Amino acid sequence: MSILNSKIPEGQLSEKWSNYKSTVPLVSPGNKRRLEIIVIGTGLAGASASSSLAEMGYNVKTFCFQDSPRRAHSIAAQGGINAAKNYQNDGDSVFRLFYDTIKGGDYRSREANVHRLAEVSSNIIDQCVAQGVPFAREYGGTLDNRSFGGVQVSRTFYARGQTGQQLLLGAYSALSRQIAKGSVTMYNRHEMLDIVKIDGKARGVIVRNLLTGEYERHFGHAVVLATGGYGNVFYLSTNAMASNTTAIWKAYKKGAMFGNPSFTQIHPTCIPVSGDYQSKLTLMSESLRNDGRIWVPKKQGDDRRAEDIPEDERDYYLERRYPAFGNLVPRDVASRAAKERCDEGYGVGSTKLAVYLDFKDAIKRLGQDVVSARYGNLFEMYEKITGEDPYKSPMRIYPAVHYTMGGLWVDYNLMTTVQGLYAIGECNYSDHGANRLGASALMQGLADGYFVLPYTIGEYLSKDIRTPAISTDHEAFEIAENEARDQNTRLLNNNGSKSVESFHRDLGAIMWENCGMARNKPNLTSAISEIQSLKKEFWEKVRVPGRDDNLNPELEKAGRVADFIELGELMVRDALDRSESCGGHFREESQTEEGEALRDDENFKFTSAWEYKGDDVKPVRNKEELQFEAVELTQRSYK
Amino acid sequence: MGTLNLTLKIWRQDGLNKPGGFKNYKVDGLNTHMSFLEMLDVLNEQLVNEDSEPVAFDHDCREGICGMCSMVIDGRPHGLLDGTTTCQLHMRFFNDGDTITIEPWRAKPFPIIKDLIVDRTPLDRIIQAGGYVSINTGSAPDGNVIPISKEISEDAFDAAACIGCGACVAACKNASASLFTAAKISQLALLPQGQAERKERVIGMVQQMDKEGFGHCTNTEACEAECPQGISVEYIRKMNWEYHCANIKG
Repeated sequence: MSILNSKIPEGQLSEKWSNYKSTVPLVSPGNKRRLEIIVIGTGLAGASASSSLAEMGYNVKTFCFQDSPRRAHSIAAQGGINAAKNYQNDGDSVFRLFYDTIKGGDYRSREANVHRLAEVSSNIIDQCVAQGVPFAREYGGTLDNRSFGGVQVSRTFYARGQTGQQLLLGAYSALSRQIAKGSVTMYNRHEMLDIVKIDGKARGVIVRNLLTGEYERHFGHAVVLATGGYGNVFYLSTNAMASNTTAIWKAYKKGAMFGNPSFTQIHPTCIPVSGDYQSKLTLMSESLRNDGRIWVPKKQGDDRRAEDIPEDERDYYLERRYPAFGNLVPRDVASRAAKERCDEGYGVGSTKLAVYLDFKDAIKRLGQDVVSARYGNLFEMYEKITGEDPYKSPMRIYPAVHYTMGGLWVDYNLMTTVQGLYAIGECNYSDHGANRLGASALMQGLADGYFVLPYTIGEYLSKDIRTPAISTDHEAFEIAENEARDQNTRLLNNNGSKSVESFHRDLGAIMWENCGMARNKPNLTSAISEIQSLKKEFWEKVRVPGRDDNLNPELEKAGRVADFIELGELMVRDALDRSESCGGHFREESQTEEGEALRDDENFKFTSAWEYKGDDVKPVRNKEELQFEAVELTQRSYK
Repeated sequence: MGTLNLTLKIWRQDGLNKPGGFKNYKVDGLNTHMSFLEMLDVLNEQLVNEDSEPVAFDHDCREGICGMCSMVIDGRPHGLLDGTTTCQLHMRFFNDGDTITIEPWRAKPFPIIKDLIVDRTPLDRIIQAGGYVSINTGSAPDGNVIPISKEISEDAFDAAACIGCGACVAACKNASASLFTAAKISQLALLPQGQAERKERVIGMVQQMDKEGFGHCTNTEACEAECPQGISVEYIRKMNWEYHCANIKG
């Protein structure tokens, strides 16, 4: 079993990061000019890292598969971004943000990383304000805050319901400035297909120009992956259509261990599925739970319209079960509670897989104008999709896959188990443990990109200043390119009979059924063999039309789905291996008498880091034992 | 819930500078709850099963914010609904038996790459010409040091809401990118953070817009009518004012 070195600095928790920054080796400006860094992805993490590294003097090459770096899926985040500013004077502090994140993550994250995240959170807000991000403001001109699930302070900064868009456009503007200066070379419509390793170190990538189909080789002294989450393994999720796992999956196969792959966040407030044709699910921001009340009828199978069900026949089940937090319980708790009510036959709508989110009381208390000012664009979005007016009748919502806490395992420096290969933002296994709190994804993406990686990458590069640029004629580039090329040739020549889409849908159904909101041993065991046969069938029967030498979206999708299938198997293995319940990972075998998740700290107080051992060979699970010095482990209670 | 049988008249073009033309396709048994792009997914799966090449179109978030989807539907960018992207347009707004014409953005500075996909990188280059505040990471003062009135902040937000889809260009008879460019210029000109570079920004961005070959604004206001975010042409007035001030004051 490999030994994972998390490289957590010595010293007091609150001093680790400042001590680290004061002592980490620096790279001189002259040497920075000679070093090249590759960044894959231009979401919050990738765009902020690219611009910050370029500002520091490094040569940066940045890649995205969209037509513009501004389209990365961070753009769709609605609700907000947390920061321990305590502007509201409600007792917030770095320690409280740290504590809430550790507790919210059900004690499955690394203390030192989370504390650092809380420490830099304030700087993020300052940076974004300076860029001209139009955050919501009070009448006096100061920044406004709102509260979010799982916490009792108001520390969430927001820009209407489009916070992700505004933050990403801020990072994109910083990136654009560096592109104009020539310090970042930007490659749009390029997809990474493999990592190139030389002497055990990441030294470059193979990318495919999606417009021409050309395969390109790029050298870098270090490679940074900022490629987002892999929720699309479930087919239906709130992710963008092209969000995928290929970059991190290829990295996994090149030796980067995969941390907690099964940790998936199922978001409680999404628009329910309405039919088989559905291509994606749409999130309704969690901020709606600040003023909306969630309920189902007290009577099973009640077919009356919501408006016709009198107050005393409604079950506000979150307020009933969790009086202390009510509608603001963390996401995993809210999602499971909705599933429980629907499984028991209390669901509403035509599919009975939905609950109500009702604004009647909020409109009565605050007036429609105030509700509209807070949530207007979300209400419009709901009406556009469903054709129903949420000012008049309650929204129908149901949980949907939203975020993946799992990802590539990284040490304190955000380096994977491959030297010189970094993972930042959602694609690393990250700071959220087994459950992410609302408004923390944007915080982590920007923390990693603006304030953490630019420091920690110096630790590695300072030892690499004598390495000259390696020619891309090197054998390792040749081999990696040929592998990428061969896979696409095989897909195109397969002459099968089934569309890529149909395999993706089948995979999604297996994952949602067996590795979704509730998981158990028999289902997970059978899911492994189901996925293995799906993989076999995929390579026998998939049909990919078109050619390799021009724009071919079906070919792109085929490669992504092939990787999703393999990842799906690893997720199921991880879920099976972890027989405790924690955060979003609910094992039916491990629950309290009241049906709450039961954690098992004695046996599972660790991060799982899976090691690739070859195709169709069982991977090995390594452990990083988690040490808790600053917080005391308790069963989470929101009652 | 109804079902629809439709005829789709779609622009097909194999690549940049290749000849293109309309082709008709039939899709049957569609659900009215589908989004427009889900309807195209059905067509594409049908084409794959017939061993033909599916229709290439740009799309990603499918929730109206990434700005990737871009098609002219029956003559209107993003289709018949106001304030809506193609991905948020649903089939309940169409009737059984309809023939729907689907074309790419039509504008000289946006060459067609394939089928319904065009090249919108000129918009990126306009932003690169000054659509930012020059502030390096780590040098920002506390976020509350500069108070900004709610009114100014909301006005800046209205401009900043642009999703960069290019519908304004596609709607304009001159293929002008004025609304796109004006939105970014106005956002930063309204905010105190944008003051230091106010003049250079407007001059740089307007010049880049011209260099890319976008046409002039002649105030027909089609851009505002088709903008999925409803961005006001008032910002074009502001851009022109900013531009002239910057030139006068040198």
